[in-house]
Amino acid sequence: MDPVILSRLQFAMTTIIHFFFVPLTLGLSILVAIFESCYVATGNENYKRLAEFWGKIFLINYAAGVVTGIVLEFHFGLNWAEYARFMGDIFGAPLAIEALLAFYLESTFIGLWIFGWNKLSKKIHLTAAWLVAIGASISALWILIANSFMQNPVGYAIENGRAVMTSFLELITNPNLPYEYFHVLAAGITTAGFIVLGFSAWHLLHKKEDGVEFFQKAFQWAAVYALIGAVAVCYLGDAHGKFLGKVQPMKIAATEAIWDTEPESADLVLIASIDEKEKKNGFEIKIPHALSFLLYNSWTGGVQGLHDLQEQAVAKYGPGDYIPPVSITFWSFRIMVGAGLIMILLALLAIIKPRVKALNKSQLFLKLLIPAMALPYIANTAGWVLTESARQPWIVYGLQKVQDAVSPNLTIGNILISLILFALVLGALIAVTGWLMYKSGTAEPKAEKAAE
Amino acid sequence: MGLNTVWFILVTILFTGFFFLEGFDYGVGILLPFLGNDDVERRVIINSIGPVWDGNEVWMITAGGALFASFPNVYATLFSGFYLVLVLMLVALIIRGVAFEFRGKRESKRWRTLWDWAIFTGSLLPALLWGLALANMMRGFAIEQDMNYYGGLLPLLNPYALLGGLVFVSIFIMHGANFLTRKVTDAIAERAKKTALTSWIVASALTVAYLVWTFFTTDILTKQGINGLVPALLAVVTLLLTGWLIRARKSGWAFITGSLAVVCATIIVFAGLYPRILISSLDPSWSLTIMNASSSPYTLKVMTIVASIFLPIVLVYQIWTYWIFRKRVEAKPEELTY
Repeated sequence: MDPVILSRLQFAMTTIIHFFFVPLTLGLSILVAIFESCYVATGNENYKRLAEFWGKIFLINYAAGVVTGIVLEFHFGLNWAEYARFMGDIFGAPLAIEALLAFYLESTFIGLWIFGWNKLSKKIHLTAAWLVAIGASISALWILIANSFMQNPVGYAIENGRAVMTSFLELITNPNLPYEYFHVLAAGITTAGFIVLGFSAWHLLHKKEDGVEFFQKAFQWAAVYALIGAVAVCYLGDAHGKFLGKVQPMKIAATEAIWDTEPESADLVLIASIDEKEKKNGFEIKIPHALSFLLYNSWTGGVQGLHDLQEQAVAKYGPGDYIPPVSITFWSFRIMVGAGLIMILLALLAIIKPRVKALNKSQLFLKLLIPAMALPYIANTAGWVLTESARQPWIVYGLQKVQDAVSPNLTIGNILISLILFALVLGALIAVTGWLMYKSGTAEPKAEKAAE
Repeated sequence: MGLNTVWFILVTILFTGFFFLEGFDYGVGILLPFLGNDDVERRVIINSIGPVWDGNEVWMITAGGALFASFPNVYATLFSGFYLVLVLMLVALIIRGVAFEFRGKRESKRWRTLWDWAIFTGSLLPALLWGLALANMMRGFAIEQDMNYYGGLLPLLNPYALLGGLVFVSIFIMHGANFLTRKVTDAIAERAKKTALTSWIVASALTVAYLVWTFFTTDILTKQGINGLVPALLAVVTLLLTGWLIRARKSGWAFITGSLAVVCATIIVFAGLYPRILISSLDPSWSLTIMNASSSPYTLKVMTIVASIFLPIVLVYQIWTYWIFRKRVEAKPEELTY
């Protein structure tokens, strides 16, 4: 065991667990605000009930997202002190701005939203709902501005051995940012869509007459919402891949397990047994020319392989192993895309459900949507693992390696203590959050007012 | 005034805001199991900070982020150096943060009692550990030439720092009790008032002892130029006033002077440190200062612009929130949210 591996493990764990909660809050905050907008616009109490019902699930996740986020805010100092020194000039700014612009906004207005139903006018309460949603989206924006720099450094210079910001404008207009940001936002929308679909399906399966209408409405909204999200995720992911093909060929080569350069046209490796020691693939199933098509919208066009890219990297950065963990990137990509495609199909079926007799009668489809709640989580986690591990061995692409970023003063004992503590607490957090989501999601919505 | 000093002041302001606001939140959290005799009373106590605690906590996160942006070396040295202290604090904050949201989700008594103690622990530990951390910063610790501290946890648990932790806890209990006296009604308010007086006696005694110890063993109160002496005297005066006001049942004023005492206490630390931020006990020239620990002038400039636009906006809407929720929380279960 060494401090680098343990620190990476701890960071991966805390980030991934944080990212269990965040996408749902991103997407659900917007959906809740939409429901409340409908309520304010139409005066229909049912929309208020929808906002309140799904608002509960949102709040549970929000709390878990906040507390796991606090850990990350300080994690760069805890385990990655050398990174913090090297990158502080650039990385600290978006982090501080995130707190200043987003965290204050979200956390203040969420208090108003929770406690203000009877204290604020309808319109001001609605404004609070939207400000929470906007705060969540702004938060994602700034943290991805920071992450985009790590993926694709821009607007900097190296002075006295540390990275220094030379252009704030370039930092916030990083060409990597729009792909990453909207991809994540769309993933959040998809996640919220599938959670609402799943719980609505549960209620529709368990109900005869009472309350069916309430969850049918939620179901219809969520189906549209999920489809918009899932299609957007897919489209933006594809565009992101094309962009990365230009700026980070290593990432593409690792994700697609292309060892040898294909000068003319590249096949898409669908699945393969990857031998990272021998640096080659054994068994492969390929679609001819399909990778070129994905990257360039044309059946021709070469793709550089890992061997050549490794040689180029050695020439540029000196001796070392510059190939990311190919199996992880290759499979996490396939898991993400697979889950994404299934979600598009399911969302599509959910939309046409009322019009197709077989679907509408069958309980099977509704039953399917309950385990399908896991799909966005699988895709979100796989996507995060992909983007972070395809950057290895770099922590900041081309500028600092992970092994040079770790705090030099931590003992293995220290990190083990924190790793175990975080694992226990965060594990319990996931369990309790999941259980409370289940309880809230399967609870009865607030009764309609007697007068109506 | 150079931007490095501006950012030192801004970081001071953020920490001051954090201790002032989270100070009473922590105090209320610590007092929760003791001042609330049944579930309704405990809900009243939680609801007294319910709409605002989350926004208050952001002051700490922003202070951390601002430290990263303006003095990345301090962020790196402090948080890697005080590793286990910070880890423990983060664990406490995780538990506390979800406790407010999760507690009301089940009716079961065991469930609620569990989260009451989570709120208690999650409030006590950060108060204690921040006091401990600041005391170590005042005293200096073994920062080496490469700006890193290799000493581990044990040297940080020295008697001076432990006393610092207790000072923070006792002041925050008093601060929280003053807040509650003002914020709830009837029996709980009466109990809070009594607690305010008791904790005031403890807090005053500990604070004076701590300041005397600080006077003799550190240069925080005595160094040339800017030092912590004036804020220390003001802290003592405001504390004395607070005791008198609590007795006189002027709870609003007692909360204000108690808050001023918290503000002064924070300023003692930063005024006494300036222009250093982290003092090396090994060699003064290895200390981290506003110059050798800072970001580039360009980043400081960008951040100054951002902060001077958005910090005032934040202040406006947070103050507005307090105005909306200015009424006392009454023990009417149907009106309680959490």
